[in-house]
Amino acid sequence: MKIFEKIANIDSRIIYLLLLLVVLIPLVFKLVLPINLSDPVKQAYQAIEQLPEGSVVMFSVDYDASSAPEIQPMLLATLRHAFSKKHKVVLLGQWALGLPFGEIGLNEVAPQFNARYGVDYVNLGYRPGYRAQMVGLGREIRDFYATDYKGTPLDQIPLMQGIHNYNDIDLLVGLEAGQAGEEWIQFAGARYGLNIIIGATGVIAPDMFHYMQARQIRGLIGGLQGAAEYETMINHLGTGVAGMVAQSWAHLLLLGFIIAGNVGYFVVRRRKQS
Amino acid sequence: MKKEIPLAITFITGLIIIVTFFIPHQPLGTMQQRLLIWYSIVLGFTMLLGMDSLLRSNLQRIARRSPGWPFALVLIIGFLGTLAAGIYTWATSESLLSLGSSFMYVYTYFIIPLQATMFSLLAFFIASAAYRAFRARTLEATLLLITAAVVMLGRVPIGAEISQWLPDSASWIMEVPQMAAKRGIFIGVALGTIAMSLRVILGLERTYLT
Amino acid sequence: MMQIIGTWIAAGLTLAIFSFLYKDNPFYKFAEHLYVGVSAAYAILYVLYFDVKPLLVDKFISEQGGERWILLVPAAFGLMMLARWIPKVSWLSRWSIALTVGIAAGLGITGQIQGILLPQIRGTLVPLTTVNNVLMVVGVISTLIYFYFSAAHKGALRYGARLGMVFIMMAFGASFGYTVMARISLLIGRLHFLVYEWLRLVK
Repeated sequence: MKIFEKIANIDSRIIYLLLLLVVLIPLVFKLVLPINLSDPVKQAYQAIEQLPEGSVVMFSVDYDASSAPEIQPMLLATLRHAFSKKHKVVLLGQWALGLPFGEIGLNEVAPQFNARYGVDYVNLGYRPGYRAQMVGLGREIRDFYATDYKGTPLDQIPLMQGIHNYNDIDLLVGLEAGQAGEEWIQFAGARYGLNIIIGATGVIAPDMFHYMQARQIRGLIGGLQGAAEYETMINHLGTGVAGMVAQSWAHLLLLGFIIAGNVGYFVVRRRKQS
Repeated sequence: MKKEIPLAITFITGLIIIVTFFIPHQPLGTMQQRLLIWYSIVLGFTMLLGMDSLLRSNLQRIARRSPGWPFALVLIIGFLGTLAAGIYTWATSESLLSLGSSFMYVYTYFIIPLQATMFSLLAFFIASAAYRAFRARTLEATLLLITAAVVMLGRVPIGAEISQWLPDSASWIMEVPQMAAKRGIFIGVALGTIAMSLRVILGLERTYLT
Repeated sequence: MMQIIGTWIAAGLTLAIFSFLYKDNPFYKFAEHLYVGVSAAYAILYVLYFDVKPLLVDKFISEQGGERWILLVPAAFGLMMLARWIPKVSWLSRWSIALTVGIAAGLGITGQIQGILLPQIRGTLVPLTTVNNVLMVVGVISTLIYFYFSAAHKGALRYGARLGMVFIMMAFGASFGYTVMARISLLIGRLHFLVYEWLRLVK
């Protein structure tokens, strides 16, 4: 019966090592599994797909390195989708430490579609202020972003010439690791009727389903699985799909730990009681 | 006067924002837009608030040769190095975000790995915590555990390999009971936020001034 | 060449932080302190580049007449915020805090009513023709009852609160499942970097 005591007292470092291995092995051997598509991600895809060619899609980069492995694949996939449909992209960010991810994403994807800066896409940059900025942009974008991130006045950028507020934006893709997503929904969606889809970390995604049901957002890409689904739908596999076997194995391992912890706990407890 | 003026500022700004919501016309509309821009500007300054104590305490650690002072030195060198890289990039590049600039070099090869790895440690800790703390001691805890298990399996590809029932159930959990509870919680939070905001504007809640 | 050096630095820092899993050690402390220093400088530059310059300095140069001078007001509020650095005048920062709190509270009231309360109640008012709709409505109401503390949870309220607890536990379980997914993804991201970009074990 000593085995149960051992099960009840596994050293943390063994847990760490096993987790490391189950994540590492699928990555090294490039294992993949078919991706199951879910409705919220399909609806997010449709929101971009159904826009007429040349629509203006605003991307808000509201995350940083702490959640980039989950959200950067979403940014790349949605950007690819938008550029492939010849939509115009206006990017900005609400997280100071995250904006470079937007720039990195644009520089990776735009050249693949021969998209030109200032004509097909623009990076406005970052301003502090979350909700205040979101309400203010509904009146005039230039009040907050008189220039793009390089300092070029918006009126000198061909793409921005007819774009003044949310009336000129067809869809917002909010990429969220925190509070900003909810604020976009409240202050741009509810107040100005802006159409929104959200790409969110696994931590944030469960808090978005009631907005989906109430049709306050038109689609939801949740966690790395959501990113993998979107990559599958646009037929361009990236780090989302590449990570899903590791993700699967890690989830199985964690369930194993939970079961082991419970079995060990209850057996040892019963023995102590008897 | 040290309290009255801030209370008046809060009352007036809060009131303008609320009234403008209903009457967005001139001059209120312009006034609100101005306040929103001011908010943005002032909020930026709050990001600088911690710098003073951070730098002062670490410089003191170095000066006094307190235990671990070499690490304080690392902090200061990292700070000054990044500042120098940023100023150089600002002066010589198209923008602070120019790929290939020294500032983006620091971002790509220092900030990203440091921050991302720091947070990736949580994967190990959640595994350890799940093993040690996730016990089916009560009916509620068992329910939580079962739901977690179904969602964990149902939201990854291996779930569908085991049984299509898993992703279907996970979707149902997310879209019906989970969503209903979250909606209840969010409605409650909204009511609380509205009450608290009113108290703040009316000057009944003053803890932010202490 | 710089890229290769950068990748090695990034890998070194990654491993230094991972070393904490074995135990706290100088490599981890080094990386931790470096992170704080680098991020602090980054934040200062960001405030100057994306806030002070475009919203204050550039506008001061481009605006004319009264609009120009009115910019001194937010500049003063911003500087007053920094008065916290000087104990003698730190009370001045309350003015700036009052400004941000007032605006945030004003926006909070309207945002919560228009953006959450009304649409979420509207979303709950569905025809009770399917099991899921009934479950959803029961779930919302019972959760609200669970958080209703103005009366003791006795009689019907007790059953309502108990049912609410069931829904809340399911929501927490689901959130835990998603949180696990999120945390593992972060580890995948770092190992992906080590395997694909640093060691280049896989093409």
